[in-house]
Amino acid sequence: MTGFVERIRQGEAKGLIARNGIFIAFIAFMIAFGIGSDKFLSFNNLESVVRSSAMIGVMALGVTIVVISGNLDLSVGSMLSFGTVMVVDLHDKIGPGPAILVMMVCVLLLGAVNGFLIGFVRLNSLIVTLGMLSAIQGLTLIYSGGKNVDVNPSTQDTTWFRVFGRGEVAGIDMPIIIFFVLAIIIGFVIAFTPYGRRVYAVGGNPTAAVFSGIRRNRVVFSTYLISAFCVGIAAIILGSRVMGSQNNVGQGYELLVLASVILGGTSLLGGSGSILKTVIGVLILGFIQNGLLLLGYPYFAQWIVTWVVIILAVWLDVAAKRGRLLSPIA
Amino acid sequence: MSEAQPVLRLEGIVKTFPGVRALDGVDFSVFPGEVHALMGENGAGKSTLMKVLAGMYQPNEGRIMIDGKPVVMRNPIEAKQNGVILIHQELSLAEQMTVAENVFLGELPRTSWGFVDWKVLEERVGAILTKLNCDFGPRTNVGTLSIAKKQMVEIARALTHQAKVVVFDEPTASLTDAEKVVLFDIINDLKSDGVSIVYISHRMEEIFTISDRITVLRDGSYRGTLVATDTTEDEVTQLMIGRSLDYSRNVEKGEIGDITLEVSGLSCGKLYQDVSFSLRAGEVVGFYGLVGAGRTEIAETLFGLREPSGGTIRLGGEDVTIGSPAEAIAQGISLVPESRKEQGLVLGMNCRDNITLPQVDDMTAGPFVSNGAEIAIYDMYRDRLDIKAPSWRSEVGNLSGGNQQKIVIGKWLAMKPRVLIVDEPTRGIDVGSKAEIHNLIRELAHSGYAVIVISSEMPEILRVSDRVIAMYQGRIMREFTADEVNEDNLVQAISGIGNGKAA
Repeated sequence: MTGFVERIRQGEAKGLIARNGIFIAFIAFMIAFGIGSDKFLSFNNLESVVRSSAMIGVMALGVTIVVISGNLDLSVGSMLSFGTVMVVDLHDKIGPGPAILVMMVCVLLLGAVNGFLIGFVRLNSLIVTLGMLSAIQGLTLIYSGGKNVDVNPSTQDTTWFRVFGRGEVAGIDMPIIIFFVLAIIIGFVIAFTPYGRRVYAVGGNPTAAVFSGIRRNRVVFSTYLISAFCVGIAAIILGSRVMGSQNNVGQGYELLVLASVILGGTSLLGGSGSILKTVIGVLILGFIQNGLLLLGYPYFAQWIVTWVVIILAVWLDVAAKRGRLLSPIA
Repeated sequence: MSEAQPVLRLEGIVKTFPGVRALDGVDFSVFPGEVHALMGENGAGKSTLMKVLAGMYQPNEGRIMIDGKPVVMRNPIEAKQNGVILIHQELSLAEQMTVAENVFLGELPRTSWGFVDWKVLEERVGAILTKLNCDFGPRTNVGTLSIAKKQMVEIARALTHQAKVVVFDEPTASLTDAEKVVLFDIINDLKSDGVSIVYISHRMEEIFTISDRITVLRDGSYRGTLVATDTTEDEVTQLMIGRSLDYSRNVEKGEIGDITLEVSGLSCGKLYQDVSFSLRAGEVVGFYGLVGAGRTEIAETLFGLREPSGGTIRLGGEDVTIGSPAEAIAQGISLVPESRKEQGLVLGMNCRDNITLPQVDDMTAGPFVSNGAEIAIYDMYRDRLDIKAPSWRSEVGNLSGGNQQKIVIGKWLAMKPRVLIVDEPTRGIDVGSKAEIHNLIRELAHSGYAVIVISSEMPEILRVSDRVIAMYQGRIMREFTADEVNEDNLVQAISGIGNGKAA
């Protein structure tokens, strides 16, 4: 049986490279852009990129958990619009604290609707969250009456609400700190707690998870609550930074978020992936966009490059699994 | 036969994957009208060899000759054109389409307008189905057919190409005994038409029923070819595993203890009715019957996956209702399910995490899962069950079937269950691991576990059980003790013959 043991070792070594390819790609990107533009690696530039990625990043943390459990969440973009409009609108009416509280409860309720339909009614997550995407957009417009909202300009610079988007701690911008702290907490939960183990099991093989006594419905439900919670946090950051909101401010974010998750290497098939990978995926996406701008390409070039990078990432992921680049079946 | 030219001949086939020689100079030849069995343990190279034959892998060295002429088969289509057809273990049919469409998939006959010529299609498929004695027509939807009938559709597909060699990969894995007989008839018909059959199976008794010659592989290399009528199971087994098997059944009974589980009048709609039996600590009760007799459904009810429509379940003397697997586990019932890949394991997870999955909630240090406690559990069951894995980090999907099954058994033993239910403990597992698992089940009973074994393999049931319960169409026909049971009365009981007087 030595051949058999060897084969497994080989598989593991190959898997290790495949699993960590994203880190190698990340370093390669940084070096390439660093050579291309001398501003790229400056602290100010790095900080601004991470700050502007932080909001997508916070949402990507929640979506990562949904994807690991084998589902999708396409409603995060319009949920972000809803949350931001609500928290900004309520800021002057009931004060920042209650505004945050009410908004979080509403966003969590929306997440619960997703989770109920997908976890307990067992509907397809793509259909449910795609439907929620437009339903929540409608909800936002009903709420705002179609008008943009903002915090009264006279209080914008004095309210403590400003700290989430504009504050800093020890010279580091608050959104970055929120992103990393949340990433560490969620990362530990998913990697090291029994709950995290259940999420991986449900995503890896839902039937086997049920046969192991895991209550799959509840696990799936909970992932959508976590996703909604992250969106709520992102809405606070965005509202606080801009002090105003359009009704469609989150439009298109669902794809950017999903792209970051996939780029990090979390498989859409469920059962694998990690928060660390998603953080790297978020940063890569941010740095690609920033680097291209610094190199003098028009901003829309980044859309094409992002697409290419995602296709490459998914392709390599699939290729690593089947052991070659092209499908063996003619 | 030795005079004839082999229809298919493989010479010195070498296939390497990075770092592994999966096939190391394998020779294999098949004569016209011969049934040639290919045997070997999991990982011996059988499936690699089959994929080379079917054009899915290209050999690094060696050549393939058909009717004496070297051929290169770069993909399954070219293999088909050369007359080599593989019938997969997992059937590959389009479920939503009709039988006729499936049989001619990709090569549907056309009218002069370029549309599908349904009339010709149905005539041709109808003729093939008649030849195969199928009781369904070309317009039947494949999704509505049983697995055995789907297999017939695959065979029909093979017949439309002037197949010279048909390769069957574990064809009887999910067939009942009656369906098996039909399959063997068809194989014999094919044979008399001059078609050659390559037959892969782990089931020794089948191999000797159906095949003319047997080729054995071990660790990727050729170990010899035997003529079926001149050899014995022992000889084949020795070639396969390089040693003889320990079949010594520990008939010495363990201490039979108190009644652990008592089921009375349990029914579940049309699936099974009025099932009553009891199970004591230290004994193995075997459930035998045809597929669909209701055995698995009873297990699923006891494990909280199905709601019974009537009857009672008593565990340790107390009435219980079991609403979900989580509740079953809490009550001390463990189920090693029928299909380890679909139901038993998370294949992408490592060995340790699979074993600890049902109890991961109780293995914490603070909020986190305790790494040390988990590894301790894994090590314990690795040693106890002799699991062969490079480390606890290895993905379960990379292990052989036997070791995967041991992981599932270990996972449930680790729960220290009051009742352990094992459904088809050795399906798709090579003979070496099979004997090990049988011995293990005996040992478990000996050490005081109450075990239910469900199996469709008679030798297995006879080997492990203290008592055998025979089921037919959802009812218990008879209960035997180990002393009274034999192949004849068991077959009678599960076929509904002899009106099953309760023992």
